[in-house]
Amino acid sequence: MKDVYAWAAIGLITLASTAGDVLLSYSMKRVGDVAELWKRRGALAVIGRVLGTPTFALGVMAMGIAFYSLLFGLSWGNLSLVVPASASLTFVANAVAARIFLHERVGRRRWIAALLVAGGVVLMAV
Amino acid sequence: MTFRKYLVLAGITVFAAAGDSLLDRGMKNLGSVSLHNLSRLVVAVLNPSVTAGILLLLAFFACYMSALSWADLTYVLPATSLGYVLVALVARFGFHEQISPTRWLGIALIAAGVGFVAAGPSVTPGRHRENSPDVSRDTVSPEVES
Repeated sequence: MKDVYAWAAIGLITLASTAGDVLLSYSMKRVGDVAELWKRRGALAVIGRVLGTPTFALGVMAMGIAFYSLLFGLSWGNLSLVVPASASLTFVANAVAARIFLHERVGRRRWIAALLVAGGVVLMAV
Repeated sequence: MTFRKYLVLAGITVFAAAGDSLLDRGMKNLGSVSLHNLSRLVVAVLNPSVTAGILLLLAFFACYMSALSWADLTYVLPATSLGYVLVALVARFGFHEQISPTRWLGIALIAAGVGFVAAGPSVTPGRHRENSPDVSRDTVSPEVES
């Protein structure tokens, strides 16, 4: 039963952090190059535009949910299972989500990279 | 990709790795926090390692947001994983800890993955808002809106 809870937590962490990454990436794509904006209109304009993007707050909230799911996952499962499993699943889920929701060009190069990194993260934790 | 942009990506790697390590050290000094003594989390902020860790993670977040403002998510994400490699290398050459062959293989896989992405394009054309002066200032460009 403990395993079921641990994997449920892993699923929740993966889902929440993928949603968070996609929402934050979507927000920053709408904001545009912040260095360019800073140079022309100052730091306040950058902060204002980032905070004024509604999806940014949603993204931060999703990251918060992911963080608390991690805390609860750690109380049910092992650190050495929960962290690498959710981290590597998040890399793969993000590649799929970025393609579907952000319309990023995820070519063969980026697919291979996502799988290599996901595998590497698991091995680092063994 | 300019030198400045590579610096931001390096910042993501270094700040995330250093911030996590400091938080880890601070929380280990503090002992375990359970649901029954959550107030400890509030006191934890006063621990110098934890404070430094949080500041570094804020720096990480700023670099991460900056990178996402001009590069694809699938380009930036592998850079975050280089932090694991950095922590392992510091442990090996800074603190002379042993690294098992499986971990070396993990390091190789992550490095290969990052290399794969870094050699390719950093951005999908038309997905980011243009912030150059000739583009209208306060409206989101249509191709990003869609």
